[in-house]
Amino acid sequence: MSTTSGSSRRPLQPGPSGWLAAPALAFFLLFAIIPLIGVLFLSFTSWDGLGEIKLDGLSSWTTVLTDPVTGNALLVTAKIMFFSFIVQAPISLLLGVFTAAGQKYRAALAVLYFVPLLLSSAAVAIAFKALLDPNFGLGAGLGLPFLAQDWLGDSDLVLFVVVFVIAWQFVPFHTLIYQGGVRQIPASLYEAAQIDGAGRVQQFFNITLPQLKYTIITSSTLMVVGSLAYFDLVFVLTGGGPGYATRLLPLHMYLTGFKANDMGAASALGVILVVIGLALALLLQRLGGKNRNASQLEGA
Amino acid sequence: MKNRTFRRAAIAVSAAAVSLSLAACGSSGPAGTAASADSATMWGLTGGNQPVLQKSVTDWNSAHPDSSIKLDFFANDAYKTKVRTAVGAGQGPTFIYGWGGGVLKSYVDAGQVDDLSAFLKENPGVQDRYLPAVLKNGVIDGKTYALPNNNVQPVVLYFNKDVFAKVGAEAPKTWDELMALVPKFKAAGIAPFSLGGQSRWPDLMWLEYLVERIGGPEVFANIAANKPDAWSDPAVTEALTKIQQLVDAGGFVNGFSSIAADSNADQALLYTGKSAMILQGGWIYQSMKKDAADFVKSGKLGYTTFPTVSGGKGDPANVVGNPSNFWSISSKATEGQKKAALGFVKDGMFSDSNIQSLIDSGAVPVVKGIESKLAASPDKDFLTYVYGMAKDAPSFTLSWDQALSPAQGDAMLANLDQIFLKKITPEQFVATMNATIGK
Repeated sequence: MSTTSGSSRRPLQPGPSGWLAAPALAFFLLFAIIPLIGVLFLSFTSWDGLGEIKLDGLSSWTTVLTDPVTGNALLVTAKIMFFSFIVQAPISLLLGVFTAAGQKYRAALAVLYFVPLLLSSAAVAIAFKALLDPNFGLGAGLGLPFLAQDWLGDSDLVLFVVVFVIAWQFVPFHTLIYQGGVRQIPASLYEAAQIDGAGRVQQFFNITLPQLKYTIITSSTLMVVGSLAYFDLVFVLTGGGPGYATRLLPLHMYLTGFKANDMGAASALGVILVVIGLALALLLQRLGGKNRNASQLEGA
Repeated sequence: MKNRTFRRAAIAVSAAAVSLSLAACGSSGPAGTAASADSATMWGLTGGNQPVLQKSVTDWNSAHPDSSIKLDFFANDAYKTKVRTAVGAGQGPTFIYGWGGGVLKSYVDAGQVDDLSAFLKENPGVQDRYLPAVLKNGVIDGKTYALPNNNVQPVVLYFNKDVFAKVGAEAPKTWDELMALVPKFKAAGIAPFSLGGQSRWPDLMWLEYLVERIGGPEVFANIAANKPDAWSDPAVTEALTKIQQLVDAGGFVNGFSSIAADSNADQALLYTGKSAMILQGGWIYQSMKKDAADFVKSGKLGYTTFPTVSGGKGDPANVVGNPSNFWSISSKATEGQKKAALGFVKDGMFSDSNIQSLIDSGAVPVVKGIESKLAASPDKDFLTYVYGMAKDAPSFTLSWDQALSPAQGDAMLANLDQIFLKKITPEQFVATMNATIGK
């Protein structure tokens, strides 16, 4: 690192050396960039996973782009992304603000909220599948007919059930992020507001929310881009069904590759998925404005 | 002093080595035999036949320590994905478990499985033990690539005799009788048919039998032979229409499309009396015998053939289902592994004790001349019925999802799911499926 002392005329470096990123970059190259190039290559071939890989021009791309199932998968993905965000963002924001305070009962509640985070998606899916079974599940067991709906078999209902289960699993994670964010807000701001006579609601809207701007962007990015990767939960819970009702893009990619054994088309879907994910992440970062990486802490 | 320290260190190191190698043995699975590096590897399926296969491999390993087999088990759907990926990556097991048909053909086309014709010629005893109709399913272009390894699994119409007695009904012999039973059971608050619709393949059993009864085995034979527009056969449309009529009439249990067959929830509906009938493979007898022993033992489980359809061309004795499961031998296996594998195929499988444990589990081995053994079993009624059904069938059509290429099979199951949900019409199904021919 250069310093201000001595004869060095070089300007101050704004932060640690770039070499610190080298190990991460090397892993990224090995496990992300190289496979990505591989997938891009495979999308121009036809391969059933067993025999020879044959260059096949654009045929996989035409198959994928003309297949109505792809369009449907995109639509389902967009719906799940939208509804997951609408459900998860307010709940986790409020829970995060609530659990940020120090009282013991809040700490105890926070522990309860975080339990779903400890479970694997497959376990969550299997548990919900059993609970929601119309004949042997919760409704039948408790004798509550309104709980004995065909939750996972109704093409219109199933999407919202999936959104609910996803929220159940991921709200704790985002609550944790918000809790951390709220705890970073300097207490002096609230003290000043109290002296000015602001109530709790006013404090929330005028201090907490603006101060959480970047936390909201981080959490939303994870929520939105993450919903492109809701694979395991949906795969175990519904298998993409009934029909194509919950066949998300990543699930469609998996089923195309490993059930229909069309690796070319599956690779093309994978490329589409990467492009959409990158575009969304960039878009959300843009919303953060130019100064997004600046600290909001006093004196930092 | 120094010498002693050295000795201690050496003991510590060798102890560590021993515990490491013990740990390695532990990971070799429930077989527990000290498998050598060149052991043949075998992947089997969890479920009804798991203990039977486990026992036959354990017996084999203790009698043949020099050509041992390392056995692992996987759940059905997970296995189908895993084995193909593993074989494609050159990491497949020596024994490739399969169903014959289009999937086997894709292995043959990729040169991944050995031609066993020469082995059969040298060991005529092996070929002679099988029911000929079953053996055929491992043959591609006149060469045998897969040999049957367990029991015959036709699709059977099971019913709950208790529930039938309650509403005063009899097992349906024709499609019209079947449809007439639907309102009767509904009025009694019982679902006429159980169905594991989330798993999709149980849906297929309805299409297979209806097409068989209406149009005969040629309809699907044409589809499997990739003849252009083979799905356009009127028998297919009529079968799909009948399925939708049955759905409309409320023939299937509420929420059938969220019931997974892998968890046996569909069978549970039958033996708990929540549904009256189920169309399922012969293998569910084995699991019901385990899960609902009293129900099966007390003779409350009824079974019959699929009803006839008036004006249908198919012989009512024809069956659909899985003739058997099969072993193929990986062409990438080492010579030692292949030798052990063929040895097991010749002497390990269908030994007297293996045949007996299959029968004891409630299954019908695919071998000739076992009538007396079946008759001596506590399950003799069902076993003799299934044996006769398979032996006397003029035609035994392999389950379509296995008979077709994987790409066609996947599209077919997804579209059939849509038919059961009434999201598409039979005409749309036919058009979509015609477009997959040759894929």
